[in-house]
Amino acid sequence: MINGLLLGGVLALLSLGLNLVFGVIDVVWICYAELIMLGMYAMYFLYTIYHAPIVLAAAVCIVGVGLLGLVLHTLVIAPLLGAAPINQLLATGGVLFFLQSAATVLFGIEFKNLGLRLPVLKVAGMFVSYSRLLAFGAALIAMVLVYLLLTRTYTGTAIRAIAQDRQIMPLMGVDTRRIYLITSGLGGALAGLAACLLVLQYDVHPFVGLTFGPITFLICVLGSLGNFGGGFVAAFVFAEIISVGGLYLDLEWGYVFAFAFFIVMMFVRPEGLMARRS
Amino acid sequence: MTAYLPWVGGAVLLALPFVYRQPYPLHILIIILIWSFAYTSWSVMGRFGLVSLGHGGFMGVGAYVTALAWNYGHVSPWLGVPLAVVASAALAALVAYPCFRFRITGHYFALVTLALSGIVLQVITATRDYTGGSLGYTPERYQGGSSLWAFQFSDKTTWYLIALAVWAVGLYVWNRVDRSMLRYALEAISEDEDAAAATGVHVTAEKLKITVLSATMTALAGALYCQYQMFISPDTVSGIAVSLQMVFAVVVGGIYVSLGPTIGAVITILLAEILRIGFGTRAVGWDNLVYGVLLVLFIIFLPKGIVGSLRELRRRPRWTSS
Repeated sequence: MINGLLLGGVLALLSLGLNLVFGVIDVVWICYAELIMLGMYAMYFLYTIYHAPIVLAAAVCIVGVGLLGLVLHTLVIAPLLGAAPINQLLATGGVLFFLQSAATVLFGIEFKNLGLRLPVLKVAGMFVSYSRLLAFGAALIAMVLVYLLLTRTYTGTAIRAIAQDRQIMPLMGVDTRRIYLITSGLGGALAGLAACLLVLQYDVHPFVGLTFGPITFLICVLGSLGNFGGGFVAAFVFAEIISVGGLYLDLEWGYVFAFAFFIVMMFVRPEGLMARRS
Repeated sequence: MTAYLPWVGGAVLLALPFVYRQPYPLHILIIILIWSFAYTSWSVMGRFGLVSLGHGGFMGVGAYVTALAWNYGHVSPWLGVPLAVVASAALAALVAYPCFRFRITGHYFALVTLALSGIVLQVITATRDYTGGSLGYTPERYQGGSSLWAFQFSDKTTWYLIALAVWAVGLYVWNRVDRSMLRYALEAISEDEDAAAATGVHVTAEKLKITVLSATMTALAGALYCQYQMFISPDTVSGIAVSLQMVFAVVVGGIYVSLGPTIGAVITILLAEILRIGFGTRAVGWDNLVYGVLLVLFIIFLPKGIVGSLRELRRRPRWTSS
């Protein structure tokens, strides 16, 4: 249960940036998990090969992946904004292939890790992984920060307004392009943050994105797009299903149940778990 | 296109293995034909905006049910393949019916089907005691691997002719759909579901028909692939990567023309083979690197694919002159 809760923190962190992009620009970055994979490689190289201090490496990683988000938006998404949603999805699918194989070509297919093992905490007879606790905390803080940004600043208000109605906002004098760029950069930076924390507990290899990519999309959809609270709840629901299912059977069965749960929930509540009925 | 051209092309393809018997090129041709058939199956529904990422799942069911029925039940593929196809069609109906009933479209349909191929992949991996998990699975050889009863042939020419026949059936089905009322109904639906429903199109039923048809064909492709290669693994016949590979090849070749998926298969498989031969193990990853870039470029600049764009180019002068 506790482990499931902490896994939920990791998943919530993963889905945060995607949720923002998905909710605001209404584009599915199928390659989102691959951005995280690149971030993890960045951490690996900065920390293990170049011996940069871990905090500096994390900062570089966050900024770097944020920039990648901007590049992705400018090169791939922007020309396709008017195209059918399916084409946008497929184009980012192409980026997925590209990033995955670029990583294979550049870094090889070996599993790599930081060689840094954080201690395991022992609380009341239970073992709690320190790195998961860290991810949990970071997810919570990041979510609060993003929430404050969206509700307390002018830019945040504009982002939320665009998410509601993308035809009217340009008429109201909001520069849509600028807002999209900000959102993409922010989404990328959140992917970078997720990468920093994931690399502490998982090995990085070019296909690591495929292991948690799909589940990230499902969380965003299940938690209603652009609704961070919903995404958070959905992340924990998924994590509990996966870890409880994995406890009694295999980890794979946990995923099977989670996917099946998603499909059923789409039929029951297509608007997502937390949608308000209008 | 002149009427006799398909017949001439068909005759040439049919005569090919009797004239030219090099095993390796023939192997590549068989692989291309099988995948062309799988891609054609996808485009049967994909062209109506029903983008499914679950076809990796359907293909996996087709391949694994056939192989498992043979190894454990000693069921001949002559019965096992129909069984696999029915299982896959049932799976498609089970997921697609509520999808269409509750009007899950666009992104959401793609994501639900994505979850479906995720389920199939994880089930295959989880039942590793029976399916071999991610290490792959081999149907048992029967009488030295050449038997009509076991649907195993060591002769490449036989396989070539089987693959060619199935591929031709795939094209036939594609063209039948192209000329049917179903096509008009589905095109109306992809434009506007409400308007289509208002004019008397039974939206759910029509979408379900095409989905089940497409899943059936995909499962057949999976079973055929399994019987030919005699080795299947979750990565090659099932899962999200395979689904994306299908979508990619079809988009490159052209979704809206019957030969589009075939051209897509020719290009992607030849590209992979050339890179593999040219660079050996150093080429690991390079083929997908090129695919990825091509996919993005195609969607931005040539959304109709190679064949579709060529055809448009050919037609354009006629339009301007009239």
